[in-house]
Amino acid sequence: MLNMKDIMETITMIQEDNLDIRTITMGISLLDCASDNIDVAIRKIYDKILFKGENLVKTGEEIEKKYGIPIVNKRISVTPVSMVFAASGGDPVKYAEILDKAAKEVGVNFIGGYSSLVHKGFSKGDIELINSIPLALSTTDYVCSSVNIGSTKSGINMDAVKIMGRIIKKTAEMTKEKQCIGAAKLVVFCNAPEDNPFMAGAFHGPGEPDCVINVGVSGPGVVRAALSKLPKDAPIDLVSEVIKKTAFKITRMGQLVGVEASEKLGVPFGIIDLSLAPTPKVGDSVAHILEEIGLETAGGPGTTAALALLNDAVKKGGVMASSNVGGLSGAFIPVTEDQGMIDAARKGVLTIEKLEAMTAVCSVGLDMIVIPEDTKEETISAIIADEAAIGMVNSKTTAVRVIPAIGIKEGEELNFGGLLGQGPVMKVNKSSPEIMIKRGGRIPAPIQSLKN
Amino acid sequence: MRAVITVIGRDMVGILARVSTECANANANVIEVTQSVLQEFFAMVMLIDISSLNMELEQLKINLQEKCPDMTIHVMHENIFNSMHRI
Repeated sequence: MLNMKDIMETITMIQEDNLDIRTITMGISLLDCASDNIDVAIRKIYDKILFKGENLVKTGEEIEKKYGIPIVNKRISVTPVSMVFAASGGDPVKYAEILDKAAKEVGVNFIGGYSSLVHKGFSKGDIELINSIPLALSTTDYVCSSVNIGSTKSGINMDAVKIMGRIIKKTAEMTKEKQCIGAAKLVVFCNAPEDNPFMAGAFHGPGEPDCVINVGVSGPGVVRAALSKLPKDAPIDLVSEVIKKTAFKITRMGQLVGVEASEKLGVPFGIIDLSLAPTPKVGDSVAHILEEIGLETAGGPGTTAALALLNDAVKKGGVMASSNVGGLSGAFIPVTEDQGMIDAARKGVLTIEKLEAMTAVCSVGLDMIVIPEDTKEETISAIIADEAAIGMVNSKTTAVRVIPAIGIKEGEELNFGGLLGQGPVMKVNKSSPEIMIKRGGRIPAPIQSLKN
Repeated sequence: MRAVITVIGRDMVGILARVSTECANANANVIEVTQSVLQEFFAMVMLIDISSLNMELEQLKINLQEKCPDMTIHVMHENIFNSMHRI
């Protein structure tokens, strides 16, 4: 029999500590939509998304009501558009427009997959698609884009790195009337996962089934609340134990929702992304967990160690709770989406350099960071290269999502609203990497032995 | 199939009666009730059978909230508690 304590714990988690399912993301393959004619391809894409995704939002809402648990986002990821575009040709932006239209029709709030995988080199259509990203993201509302420029097995494509510095800047410029939001919908990856349910980096990898349901859970508030009950002199092993137990409970809920959604929709269940994804809401911050562990401010000395412990404990707790784990899995540190990070950045305690160190031990990378308007394209490329190098050498996913604050003075802030949050312009080191970036070419794949 | 109703708020006369009347209207059999009153604070957990419910679970929640407007009410399928607290 259920006991009252357990029941009240679950309800407190949802009501007080912002526990929620962050996203149910339906992955849809577009490989069978390719045609030798763009108009045919576009019609097929639209029809397939509507056919597969028509009940996604409704099903999500039914599950929300049945279990009394909020499911914040319902989203769709598709096959990297560059693949369909390579076969079907035409104007790449038309593919973005049709994705946007389909997303609006189905009722999801983001659609990911305006993407290209170029970690070893460019195939037909890749360059054209990448060059179209600024226009595609400025003329659509819901489309998200990602480009994979490196991997542990193939090294880093520095030609792509060079291009992406320019593309990020141009995307921000073309959306400067809307707080440069285009750049917030564009991620540059190293070791991009093919089953990630989280935006903006979600796409449906070519090795995935035709259609699949992936679930991302969230609950930084729950972890923080659990830790706050620990005495301040409890040893750090105990901190890890508490996080593990909490992560287990959170993930079990994700598993329940994922399995149920997959049954209702008649679509196979893919993975749970074991993540702590913050939102700008008070009490939903990863930075506050680090502070609860015992730091004065996130970003200060000790942050990397605390984050490493948090990330590892979340995975250990979550793995047992789910049949299949994948995606990005770990704690996210998107600056503008996390109230604690925003505060730490405003105080100047949290810097880009510290964030870079943090990304070596946690999920994803330099995420949602507002950088000065005058940051050079080459500097953005070099930031991407640094971050990709961390991912490549450590066999993990890393990513860069920086937003050049076009038209914003230093000291001011960008405000995207909603889940994307807001944040101050952060300082970027001005020393020039121009010669290195202009070299282009490819950084060879790293050796996998002699690990030191 | 079973669901859990929780009612939390200030104690007052007739809460249990109102909740169980709404359950009866929805054709939900009450299996178990646990309640505790700490000073003025009232918390009740009720396990109900919803296999022959004559309305949506969501509708039952709306009806309960109407009858007890000052209380915080949750109606949740029992699976969420089972999956979270049992291995």
